[in-house]
Amino acid sequence: MNTDNNAKVPAADPFADERLKRTHFYPRAAQLNIRDAWSAWNGYKFADYYYDAEYEYFCVRNGCATYDICPMQKYFISGADAETMLNRMVSRDITKLNLNRVTYLCWCTDAGRMVDDGTVFRLGADKFMLTCGSPSLAWLRKSAFGFNKLSIIDMSDEIAALSFQGPTSCEVLKQMGLEGIDSLKPFNIIHFPFGDSGGNRDDKPLMVSRTGFTGDLGYELWIKPELALDLWDALYAAGENYGIQPFGEAATNMARLEAGFIMPGMEFNEALKTIHFQHDHSPFELGLGWLVDFKKPHFNGRKALLKERDARPEYTLVKLDIEGNKPAEESHLYSDKRCNHEIGYVTSAMWSPVVKANIALAMVKTKYLQGDIWAEIYYVKELRHYSKTVRCTLQDKPFWAPARTRATPPLAY
Amino acid sequence: MQHYDTIIIGAGHNGLICATYLAKKGQRVLLLEASETLGGLAATREFHPGFKAAVAHTVSHFSAKVARDLNLTAHGFDSPMVPMPTVGLNAAGEHVVLTGIGVDAEIIGVSAEDAASYRQYRQLLQRFVELLEPFWLKTMPRVGDTRWSSLLTFAQLGLKMRLLGKQDMGEFMRLAMLPARDLMDENFDSELLKAVLSWDGLIGSKMAPRSPNASVLTLLYRMSGELGGAHAIPSGGIESLVQALYSAATASGVEVKIGARVGRILIQGNSDGLKTTGVELADGEQINAARVVSSTDPQRTFLELVGVENLEIEFTNRIRRLRCDGYVAKLHLALDGLPNFTGLAKPDGRMIIAVDMDAIEFAFDDAKYGGYSQQPVMEIVVPSLRHESLAPEGKHVLSAHVMYVPYKLKGGWTEDARAALCQRVIDTVAVYAPQIKAQILHSELLTPQDLEQTHQVTGGHWHHGELSVDQMLMMRPTYEAAQYSTPIPGLYLCGAGSHPGGGLMGGPGHNAARKILE
Repeated sequence: MNTDNNAKVPAADPFADERLKRTHFYPRAAQLNIRDAWSAWNGYKFADYYYDAEYEYFCVRNGCATYDICPMQKYFISGADAETMLNRMVSRDITKLNLNRVTYLCWCTDAGRMVDDGTVFRLGADKFMLTCGSPSLAWLRKSAFGFNKLSIIDMSDEIAALSFQGPTSCEVLKQMGLEGIDSLKPFNIIHFPFGDSGGNRDDKPLMVSRTGFTGDLGYELWIKPELALDLWDALYAAGENYGIQPFGEAATNMARLEAGFIMPGMEFNEALKTIHFQHDHSPFELGLGWLVDFKKPHFNGRKALLKERDARPEYTLVKLDIEGNKPAEESHLYSDKRCNHEIGYVTSAMWSPVVKANIALAMVKTKYLQGDIWAEIYYVKELRHYSKTVRCTLQDKPFWAPARTRATPPLAY
Repeated sequence: MQHYDTIIIGAGHNGLICATYLAKKGQRVLLLEASETLGGLAATREFHPGFKAAVAHTVSHFSAKVARDLNLTAHGFDSPMVPMPTVGLNAAGEHVVLTGIGVDAEIIGVSAEDAASYRQYRQLLQRFVELLEPFWLKTMPRVGDTRWSSLLTFAQLGLKMRLLGKQDMGEFMRLAMLPARDLMDENFDSELLKAVLSWDGLIGSKMAPRSPNASVLTLLYRMSGELGGAHAIPSGGIESLVQALYSAATASGVEVKIGARVGRILIQGNSDGLKTTGVELADGEQINAARVVSSTDPQRTFLELVGVENLEIEFTNRIRRLRCDGYVAKLHLALDGLPNFTGLAKPDGRMIIAVDMDAIEFAFDDAKYGGYSQQPVMEIVVPSLRHESLAPEGKHVLSAHVMYVPYKLKGGWTEDARAALCQRVIDTVAVYAPQIKAQILHSELLTPQDLEQTHQVTGGHWHHGELSVDQMLMMRPTYEAAQYSTPIPGLYLCGAGSHPGGGLMGGPGHNAARKILE
């Protein structure tokens, strides 16, 4: 063997298959990720934050910011049986979903435990796009068995998707030339020409939905991978004077908590991934009873869910306003100040800058919801450890739901 | 539009039994049969001018309670029947012959040691048969159900096991899922005897002597009833049993319609959920009923007649995964005269061709990989000896269950493949009955695929689904449908795919009717 020759060829990466994949926006996102703060989502290299989580959060709330949702799972479900198949799988009535509309929904096991939540886009009479946080092809295939006029395609890698959120987002899209974007209502979909298609008005490769995960005005942009970087460049050029900034997982987590949105791995476990049979959740536990439509004669988990609705779930996810300013992260909850009787636990907590309140989502035993709720909070001050017990107040409405989120047309900036 | 209390799909013996029980309680019952004959796999049909046979060629554990309840004797069924000897064939004529019933059975052709072991073995098994006997005609408890009646069934089984005594209880738990091979090797020396005794635990299943699973349980199931595991042919043939069931059904007011293939089960939905409202026949006619009871197999019932859109996802996938591939083919020979088996005065027994357990095992090995054995193993009877009208005077019918013929043959069941297997089976029979080839007027071989076609049973499986531990008792056909009711209100199961299983026994039809009348 000629060892000299070998030395000149760089050794093949022995971990090539194990390395995280790069999203379609990676070349631009990597440039802006000045802290190199990467984590992973569905096998993709994914920004935790780019510069500073709090700064990015303020960009979402006061300007506009992009969140790379390429790693989100996207499935095209089409064919004459598509509506029937999906309608049996999910607990909302999908027959009521109009063309070019999006709906948030969840789907459950036969036992009424939540497999996942996600959104469904109606792209045609018999064409849907389902998006969700983690791979669901196995469940979709199981759900599809017995339907012959059906095709399910995993489009996760074939669609570049960018969430664009914040009060100035509509203005920036207008600047980018998306005519009529300001009349797009929440959960509606619209298609635009983009790139080379300028001359051909029927070629509309850019799909925009007025959706998002921040509780603010925002859009999600969907395009084929070849046009991903062009889209990024056009957006950042238009957004230059509107404070455009990429935001990562950390800022998303803050914004979604203020909006009262749940996160897998924090508020709930996907039912197919738990080992202990009580460690998964029903929509009723998670405050998602409004996603369960019992007027529908049949859907997966209906019988079990009906039973649970009538018996009430053991735990209920609630929103808490907590005294003081110390985030109640991972706190245990009690019905008494002396912490003798435990009634639940906090799933997510933060000091909310926009609400100016100490907020949390928490799982509380349903039968104790009427009484006092106390949180035992542990915190650290310059390496000294402290604890305190503070009173919690139930909140019915999302902590933060400004009118601008739903205003059509959105406010101009 | 006509309105019935109950529509039953399929006029096999279970459909007939269930219908009769319901009609006797005053229900207006319509029994629909897709084919032109009654009896399902027990239907007798002419396979050659003047020659008739039924796929199910003997009766072994038909429920005495059902016969009594439905007064079948008055309708022409001669129960109790005369048991036939079981014969392990040997090419040189040195056969092993088992006669008699239960613990009184006698054995010829083995050593004195084997004969003594057999008596002990038979007594032990008899205690287990009696332990299980009451449970075949019971609704199994629902998994996770803490209601009294369910707990009572469990408690009863526990108590019965405890009453066996410490040693027998231990033995029962040890033997229940033992491979037949181990059970036989522990008890006997004669290879032919071992093969014959393991046969009844295996036939109809995708199991061979070395398969751990339910061969001993299946054996005990078949040993239930008055014949204690022996087989018999009623004097009027299998036909007389079907005829008696039909007569009992019509006498109680059941309306029977043949040539009425059900296209789908009608299910209506509103904000109260789903409900069964009747059936639609293949020709589009709709018939309403308060409930529909299906004796056709679970896969056909749920996946074809109900439709997955009316079922839950995990349930659907459990039904989809039921193992329903049949492994038994049926040979019918029209013979010019009585066949002469070397060393047998008269072929009036149930004759088994399997020289040893390896012969069974190797035949199974071929079938596992989509082939069939060049040395097929089989069970033969000459039903025309007992039921003369099956053949013209002086002529006879030979009927054989040929084991380990796969439903899915590599290369497919072409005419050539069927003919080649038929020839192979005839050649094998000729080893024991050397003159038989000259007597054959006509031969017919039905593969599991043929049985699926002619009898509308998925996979051509005798039991509508393997009788294996994961598909037995409260798991038969699968949980949430194992108590004859199904996830859809108004839809019930009463066929072999439900507890206790197939064979001409009548348990599912009896149990389903009781559940419906609860």
